[in-house]
Amino acid sequence: MSQAKVPTWVNIALIPVLNIMLAFFVSGLVILAIGENPIEAAGYLIYGAFGYDEGIGYTLYYATNLIFTGLAVSVAFKGGLFNIGGEGQAYIGGLGVGLICLSLDHTMPLYVIAPLAVIGAAVFGAAWAYIPAYLQARRGSHIVITTIMFNFIASSLMVYLIVNWLKEDGRMAPNSRTFEESAWLPYLHELLSPIGIEIGDSPLNLAFIWALLCCVFVWGLIWHTRWGYQLRTLGTNPTAARYAGIDTAKVTIWAMLISGGLAGFVGLNEIMGVNHNLLLNFTAGYGFAGIAVALMGRNHPIGIILAAILFGALYQGGAELAFEIPTITPEIVVVIQGLVILFSGALEHMFKDRIEGFFIRRAVA
Amino acid sequence: MPYAIELRDISKRFGAVQANKDICLQVPAGTIHGIIGENGAGKSTLMSIIYGFYEADTGHIEVDGKRVDIRSSQDAINAGIGMVHQHFMLVENFSVLENVILGAEGGAVLKNGIGAARIELQRLAHEYSLDIDVDAIVEELPVGLQQRVEILKALYRGARILILDEPTGVLTPQEADHLFRILKALKDQGVTVLLITHKLREIMASTDNVSVMRQGEMVAHRETAHTSKEDLAELMVGKKVRLTVDKDEAQPSEVLLSAQNLSQFDSQGVKRLKNVSLELRAGEILGIAGVSGNGQSELLNVLSGITSMDEGEIHFAGQVITAKAPKDAAQMRDLKMAHVPEDRHKMGLVTGFEAYEAAVLGYHNSPVYNGKILMNRKVMLDECNERMAAWDVRPPNPHLKTANFSGGNQQKIVIAREVEQNPEVLLIGQPTRGVDIGAIENIHEQIVKLRDSGKAILLVSVELDEIMALSDRIIVMFDGAVVGELDAKDADERTLGLMMANAYNEEQEGVSA
Repeated sequence: MSQAKVPTWVNIALIPVLNIMLAFFVSGLVILAIGENPIEAAGYLIYGAFGYDEGIGYTLYYATNLIFTGLAVSVAFKGGLFNIGGEGQAYIGGLGVGLICLSLDHTMPLYVIAPLAVIGAAVFGAAWAYIPAYLQARRGSHIVITTIMFNFIASSLMVYLIVNWLKEDGRMAPNSRTFEESAWLPYLHELLSPIGIEIGDSPLNLAFIWALLCCVFVWGLIWHTRWGYQLRTLGTNPTAARYAGIDTAKVTIWAMLISGGLAGFVGLNEIMGVNHNLLLNFTAGYGFAGIAVALMGRNHPIGIILAAILFGALYQGGAELAFEIPTITPEIVVVIQGLVILFSGALEHMFKDRIEGFFIRRAVA
Repeated sequence: MPYAIELRDISKRFGAVQANKDICLQVPAGTIHGIIGENGAGKSTLMSIIYGFYEADTGHIEVDGKRVDIRSSQDAINAGIGMVHQHFMLVENFSVLENVILGAEGGAVLKNGIGAARIELQRLAHEYSLDIDVDAIVEELPVGLQQRVEILKALYRGARILILDEPTGVLTPQEADHLFRILKALKDQGVTVLLITHKLREIMASTDNVSVMRQGEMVAHRETAHTSKEDLAELMVGKKVRLTVDKDEAQPSEVLLSAQNLSQFDSQGVKRLKNVSLELRAGEILGIAGVSGNGQSELLNVLSGITSMDEGEIHFAGQVITAKAPKDAAQMRDLKMAHVPEDRHKMGLVTGFEAYEAAVLGYHNSPVYNGKILMNRKVMLDECNERMAAWDVRPPNPHLKTANFSGGNQQKIVIAREVEQNPEVLLIGQPTRGVDIGAIENIHEQIVKLRDSGKAILLVSVELDEIMALSDRIIVMFDGAVVGELDAKDADERTLGLMMANAYNEEQEGVSA
């Protein structure tokens, strides 16, 4: 019996695009219901996200965080693990970055601090993922539960550390002192202007380039190394992994370490790239949005980049929209984001069977 | 007289796959009608249409000459059709009675329904001589009796037409014979039986008529009395097939692997493997017979290093492997032990992988497939292409997902992977389960060839025919223990069957007494 195949572009392009269109259609109904013009709103949203230099810069800056957390979710997912703890791992990764910057910014130049900060972010994020990973691999505690718990623990730990230890003396605000400029990741507009490319000012910084490098790294790791082979075997068929003599506990732990490390890089972008001090709640839900990004990006780095840019655009364009049309409050923007996640993530399979069936029938006929 | 059930031009398509094409079938009332065909021939789809799990794209069904519209299993039950599934649909911790009334409780309060059901069930059991303790808990019953509960369930719902889907897969030959006696009794009471199977022996032993399916079509109808196994096999495959294996006398030499008193407990502390000892010699095929689930899988897992034994030891390649000094599956492979697992979907393959990736599973750490950092995709692809040509894997496309190969071709990928590593010992479980008859011949030849090159082979199979055709020596397992060993020359179906039910010694004593 031959099996007709669905063209690849249907699965990776047509279905996601249809899902997003549907999300926007329903969003349009919501905007109609509050008495505004959906077309006009869409115009502001798109213009805000992509219409001018600064807008694009902001979109990509948001996307940077989402690429890190999306990759983090996908690496764990390839090993059959649902890492819900990206938020906490990013938070602790930021702590690692902050500690490196606070201790070295008076004495060291950027080219020493930056690599150390990368290592710090990865090690701290990975360390935070290690405990749930160990509990899953060796003690059978479910990773979804433990990583959720660790988000809360990370949150409380950061409040304690910042308020009691890292807060600037004599100030009420719960954040550390501002780093010296030697510990600031350069903005892209600063980097590009000496070579004659002028772009508008935005928080987009070197961390974005690092995020793209991480995509290449993850792609090579998962599809072209022995370890990636073992990871994918474990993720799709754990029994076959044991049959193949793969040390499943070890692979599980390493998958979570890499996942946590990737999530930790959010700290580079936020702490070292933009805020320049250690502060509370800088992760702002990127860890959770990363789950939607990974789902929508089909756990593939290229998909993740595209999905991260889409979500980045929703963040940035949404802010613009709320500003231009006051009746569309930031909460409505969150509703739109929620609808995109709902249709492209949770309801991903709503059209899938029917569309695939259509193409199979066409291929047969 | 109208037919008990008649199918007219039933067609069903799943996407690109034409599972059933213009199927016509007439089953006279009060007969046992066999439907035989290879895996994927469309038998199960057809039965699912009759029982209302699927709706046919075209065609219709008549019961007792009246057209019926079956859209759900409830419609099928109302039309007097009952089904006994291959995998029992029983709630294991319910009693027989509770299972039988499930879905037909007769009201919100159980008490009344149960009382009426108890009387009705006793009547049925008596009428069809299906004796059973209605208060027994299902999981405590042997498999043969569990199947009886399924039959009673169908009869309780008023079935006059009974469909049995591969009913003997989990039974010993004796239990199977008992089942066929029950079916004869049902037939004498006017029940019409549809028996779906791929085993020729059962068709010949029990049916009145037989219909053969091939690639979604009904290719022949025969009266069982006027046909033969060879005739049916040829109809199933579409070409002449040989049902025996040619092999010379075995030339066993030195012991390559020996196991002593292997025992293993499961997570509940139940002993699943009981003091199993065996020796495996170069140049022989040792067959392990037994009803599925009597410790064969555990034995394969322990020998191959997938799980560790709790007691006992294995001597292999100069190493002593014990519970304290275990070796995992990767280490056993390094010692040149290959393993074709019983279930290729669950264990032997990663169905989401492309063929060339699945073709290195377990050997993925070998320097052959790896560069310094990245895996060497070119080597993997070249080797996969070569093997696909040598083993006639179709389609010969290393980039096709393993899930999209047929069962026989998937199995060839697994066997090629293991055999081409040139192992000293090959453990092979259910080598031809779900494999087309055409490919079986080829797989059997390869196993014999490996034996003749001086390797040791441990063969586990629930198909007695296969065990008897391939093995040089046979061990029988029952309830986790070895209960008999005999030379293949002395083995016959009856002896093995009795051993598989652990009734051989009792019978011998009975004879001598």
